[in-house]
Amino acid sequence: MQTSASSNLWTRLIAGERGTQVFLALLLTVGVAVPILHLAFPEGSSLHLSTYTVTLIGKYMTYALLAIAVDLVWGYCGILSLGHAAFFALGGYAMGMYLMRQIGTRGVYGDLVLPDFMVFLNWKELPWFWYGFDMFWFAAVMVVIVPGLLALAFGWLAFRSRVTGVYLSIITQALTYALMLAFFRNDMGFGGNNGLTDFKEIVGADINASGTRVALFLASALALALGYLACRYITLSRAGRVVQAIRDAESRTRFIGYRVESYKLWVFAFSAVLAGIAGALYVPQVGIINPSEFQPINSIEVVIWVAVGGRGTLYGAVAGAVLVNYAKTYFTAALPELWLYALGTMFVIVTLFLPRGVVGLADRLTPRQRVEQAVTA
Amino acid sequence: MKLLGCMMSSIPGVRPGSLLLVLLLAALSHCVAASEAPSFEQALGALATSNFKQKERAAGELVGVRHANTRAVLDALLEGNLYYRKADKRVFIAVTQEAGLELRDALTLQSAGTADAADFSKITTNNQLRKTLRSALASFDLTDPDAQVRLGAVNEMLRSLDADSVSILRARERDEKDESVRQAIRTGLAIADLNHEDAARRLSAVEQLKGSLNPEVFNRLTALVSTSDDGSYTEPDAKVRSAARAALAGIENSRSFYSMLETLFFGLSLGSVLVLAAIGLAITFGVMGVINMAHGELMMLGAYTTYVVQLIMPQHIGASVLVAIPVAFVVAGGVGVLIERGVVRFLYGRPLETLLATFGVSLVLQQIVRDIFTANNRPVETPSWMSGSLQINEAFSITYNRLYVVLFMLIVFVILQWVLKKTSLGLKVRAVAQNRAMAKSMGVRTEWVDALTFGLGSGIAGVAGVALSQLTNVGPNLGQAYIIDSFMVVVFGGVGNLWGTLIGGMSLGVVNQFLEPHAGAVLAKILVLIALILFIQRRPRGLFPQLGRAAEG
Amino acid sequence: MHNKFGKLRGLGKLAVAVALMAASAAHAADTIKVGVLHSLSGTMAISETTLKDTVLMLIEEQNKRGGVLGKKLEPVVVDPASNWPLFAEKAEQLLVKDKVSVVFGCWTSVSRKSVLPVFEKNNGLLFYPVQYEGEESSKNVFYTGAAPNQQAIPAVDYLMNDVGVKRWVLAGTDYVYPRTTNKILEAYLKSKGVKDEDIMINYTPFGHSNWQRIVADIKKFGSAGKKTGVVSTINGDANVPFYKELGNQKISAEDIPVVAFSVGEEELSGIDTKPLVGHLAAWNYFMSVDTPENAGFIKKWRAFIKNDKRVTNDPMEAHVIGFNMWVKAVEKANSTEVNKVIDAMVGIEVPNLTGGVARMLPNHHLTKPVLIGEVRADGQFDTVWQTEGLVPGDAWSDFLPGSKDIEADWVSLKCGNYNTKTKKCSGQNYE
Repeated sequence: MQTSASSNLWTRLIAGERGTQVFLALLLTVGVAVPILHLAFPEGSSLHLSTYTVTLIGKYMTYALLAIAVDLVWGYCGILSLGHAAFFALGGYAMGMYLMRQIGTRGVYGDLVLPDFMVFLNWKELPWFWYGFDMFWFAAVMVVIVPGLLALAFGWLAFRSRVTGVYLSIITQALTYALMLAFFRNDMGFGGNNGLTDFKEIVGADINASGTRVALFLASALALALGYLACRYITLSRAGRVVQAIRDAESRTRFIGYRVESYKLWVFAFSAVLAGIAGALYVPQVGIINPSEFQPINSIEVVIWVAVGGRGTLYGAVAGAVLVNYAKTYFTAALPELWLYALGTMFVIVTLFLPRGVVGLADRLTPRQRVEQAVTA
Repeated sequence: MKLLGCMMSSIPGVRPGSLLLVLLLAALSHCVAASEAPSFEQALGALATSNFKQKERAAGELVGVRHANTRAVLDALLEGNLYYRKADKRVFIAVTQEAGLELRDALTLQSAGTADAADFSKITTNNQLRKTLRSALASFDLTDPDAQVRLGAVNEMLRSLDADSVSILRARERDEKDESVRQAIRTGLAIADLNHEDAARRLSAVEQLKGSLNPEVFNRLTALVSTSDDGSYTEPDAKVRSAARAALAGIENSRSFYSMLETLFFGLSLGSVLVLAAIGLAITFGVMGVINMAHGELMMLGAYTTYVVQLIMPQHIGASVLVAIPVAFVVAGGVGVLIERGVVRFLYGRPLETLLATFGVSLVLQQIVRDIFTANNRPVETPSWMSGSLQINEAFSITYNRLYVVLFMLIVFVILQWVLKKTSLGLKVRAVAQNRAMAKSMGVRTEWVDALTFGLGSGIAGVAGVALSQLTNVGPNLGQAYIIDSFMVVVFGGVGNLWGTLIGGMSLGVVNQFLEPHAGAVLAKILVLIALILFIQRRPRGLFPQLGRAAEG
Repeated sequence: MHNKFGKLRGLGKLAVAVALMAASAAHAADTIKVGVLHSLSGTMAISETTLKDTVLMLIEEQNKRGGVLGKKLEPVVVDPASNWPLFAEKAEQLLVKDKVSVVFGCWTSVSRKSVLPVFEKNNGLLFYPVQYEGEESSKNVFYTGAAPNQQAIPAVDYLMNDVGVKRWVLAGTDYVYPRTTNKILEAYLKSKGVKDEDIMINYTPFGHSNWQRIVADIKKFGSAGKKTGVVSTINGDANVPFYKELGNQKISAEDIPVVAFSVGEEELSGIDTKPLVGHLAAWNYFMSVDTPENAGFIKKWRAFIKNDKRVTNDPMEAHVIGFNMWVKAVEKANSTEVNKVIDAMVGIEVPNLTGGVARMLPNHHLTKPVLIGEVRADGQFDTVWQTEGLVPGDAWSDFLPGSKDIEADWVSLKCGNYNTKTKKCSGQNYE
């Protein structure tokens, strides 16, 4: 019974869909190959991967996780959130606060408790909301709780009064905008424009050491895999079917007797938690978190990753995140003045001609897949 | 006293404050030059230096000699048209021309031909020197035949009142015929009388100043009732003190009244900007259901249009803004029609997709502007009729540019209402908005109406851009700063309702400005945003919800 | 199944190819690589693109002279796109992948803070050309812009002594540079006997455009009968509406002068200067300063950028000084090795464009002249005041309680953060 149930889960989660298989295989390859290439080969060897590249790929993985979170609410539940970067940033801030507290006396002013920017602003004691962040477990809990609670509160208010569609998009955007303004204020106690930076160590390990970087990379890969499977599980579950029904015909689902608000609320909150975790993994790898992460344009960019990749497929979101970010890295290095043209045109083309994104395009090009899709859809 | 002034003017290193005194005194007291006092020519020569202290001294001496050309020389100095020849330090009044400097000898005011600018050095001024010069020149203007000039001169002198300027004003009071100028002089004299040794004089001065809103009056009266360090009053006479207190209370009252009016005006003007930015959106979003994220960029296009128009007609800056309004409407409207035909029309009924696609368009528009005009902000000049402020009284003034923006917004609003309610286009627009299929079957060319409606909304955005070019930076990021605010205004007011947009925008502006003194600019904005988010939760359809079937879309 | 393995093999190949590409950059030819880390897109592109061009011009010129140590200089330009995490990423790319010998870059404080750990970890070398808030001295960074005592304090001295300002408005954008500068100025003013009620401090967000209320408040504050001055650390875009509002509310430079630390020639070239005329700015360089070095520099710049209207500004001069110093230090050390260059840097002297000689101090800051200028209608400045000699940059302000006991000295103390009371070197600990 046990085995059949788990094999059943296996079949449902993975075996049924090629995209998922390809994605997981790729992720496994990268997850294994990158640390090996980095650690097993000495620097200077042509097979060596630098810490820089490891961190870069790690960063892409956190973006991919964020994209999955957005895909879950947008692709499956029809909620176009233009504020997911806010949850990402909040998770990042929670992690950043932990990392700040770990600096201890190694800061510029050598204060055991107060982060540098507080000494600098003549603050005498730690604000209450910084308490507890010297402990990793507390910060880890906050990474989940803060975005989750905000999403619950926001969603509860919004979904209960049936704010839907573009109205919801606009107020999610207003939410992240308000948070950005708030975090820019130095008086808020989050370091203002400079944000949190100059981290030294994480759970006792030097944050800049290559071993730590590999560990963070692996953590990101693991989080991405688990996040992916969790989302896939949700979308395949009974509740997931209801969620998709809400996407397609909200009123009808309500009339059938489902509590539409609760379904939306929990999916939204779960997605926010995923975004928060992505942010928490992002911050130690890039070494800084500051209020510009709250910029509304960031959230919109995430949506475009998902759209480019193909929404409602999860693996499409991952593909989109990697693709767009790689294009960004390439363009900003080679042709910085063309980047906005490329990004802008991508928005237009994808919405006009590729409603199912590049994975949709790939499917269309392989006829066998098309049949499968038609069956599962 | 007079003699002292003449002497001081030749003492090196006098402080700037006392220098004014010297200048004024020298100007009006006709003190005959003492033996060491320099001639006009010497004083003029002394201007040829880069040392500001020496320049001030020389300017003082110029005023002192009261030569017929003093006025012309000082005016030129003030305007930055005074140069000296590097070779022989001879001073010239000069205007920059294509061929070089067109010279006039400062001593004789005779034309001295044109010369290469490289051989000359400009006699620069700084703020103190200019202020001193202006005060000195004001004393010349006290006898000007034009009452307006005289009033300006008196006010100039009131800016820095001391014993000597008071004596000048006192002398002038008797000869002054114009009532408003007399009034200004009397205020000045009364302020001076507050320090008179006779308590009765002080009391009557307080009485006279009772209703005045001049900040100087307020400061002097406050000084009267304040105590010095040992607890004793600066004003010994209790009667004067209580009169001053009463006067102060009155002044405080009207001051706080006017400051409330001021805040209200600030709020209305901020609200007007919001309404202008949002009203085009109210059409594209409210009437057509299209989320046009490129709306901000259409405003940006309007602002750049103003810049280009000014480039084309640099001689007529005053008219350029007026010319820019229809041009910007056409430019932004045209781009809007292109966006509608090229992108939006494939996406009707899918508002979320229009959001994404138009966001892409906005990025492209920004980059186009960056490529054409560079990423730097462009200088858009403010015409003179839009700068400055309308002084209602000394505690309350309204800046012209904001005033015009309020008026402009109202005009745009009225025209738009007229178009939508009274023209056949408006009728069709509303028909298509309410029931596309029905309108189509009645023979309305819906595609054509869609394009025109979108063009209308975009054109209004362009017009708003012209207004914004007068208030803020004209750069590629101009649009982004307004897009969220505009959406909030439309949603708050109620989609599909222009009145809602008007009232929504105005009330947001006013609330913001009344919060700002207490909370600061950022917190005020955050609070307004949070309040809006909560409001929309309570009333998802805004202040004035659209009723009926259309609302379900 | 077969198919899947085929895919995996392909992936392996891909990974190898990526690794190869990454590694190939390591084998540098016989050039010296110079990294340029300035935003070419995003909000900061306006200011930073000019600096990128300045560095490219300097490199081109140096190569015409035969390069350094007989090798040509090769610029490596990256675009961090005004995105602070991206700054760190690109810095790491320059140091680790491209293996540049030196980097010229950053503008905002937050971008510098973002790359600082990267430079310290990889032992890189950064020249930072913008005036900043101080409170920092890293072994790996040379600060060629002004510290607060080379800009803010002289400007306040000028207002206090020469203009007679008694009442002060400290207005700034809400970020670390204005916050620190205003903290220092507040302490400084109080040490000069200015009372609390004569100081008004105000912070606004980036890009603030609705200045009606604040300007009205300044006007009220300034009508209390004492000469009032505004010390503005308002950043970039917010300035134009601010000055416009001042003009419209009829506050002239003669009544209430505003001295700004972030308004230079480049910023003025993009705006209608009418409302600014007469207001002040404090810098270490003005384009209008009449020296042969400056005239030569302007000429070269305009030829390089192919635009005879282009202006020059203070951070550009800082790059010129920094670049010339680096060249001299490399020649002195006869190596581009970072540690040797760092040791050789201190004490190097190169001429300023405005006269005098800039010397690199042991705290990695420069000696600089301080100039106060009034804005002219043509967007240039008239110098109205100048420090007698050169002012040595002070990394740690003497007017902040947290840092007055801290000293930076990379020669004798080998520490950028030495507490003279506790005799301890904190912050970055170097072996």
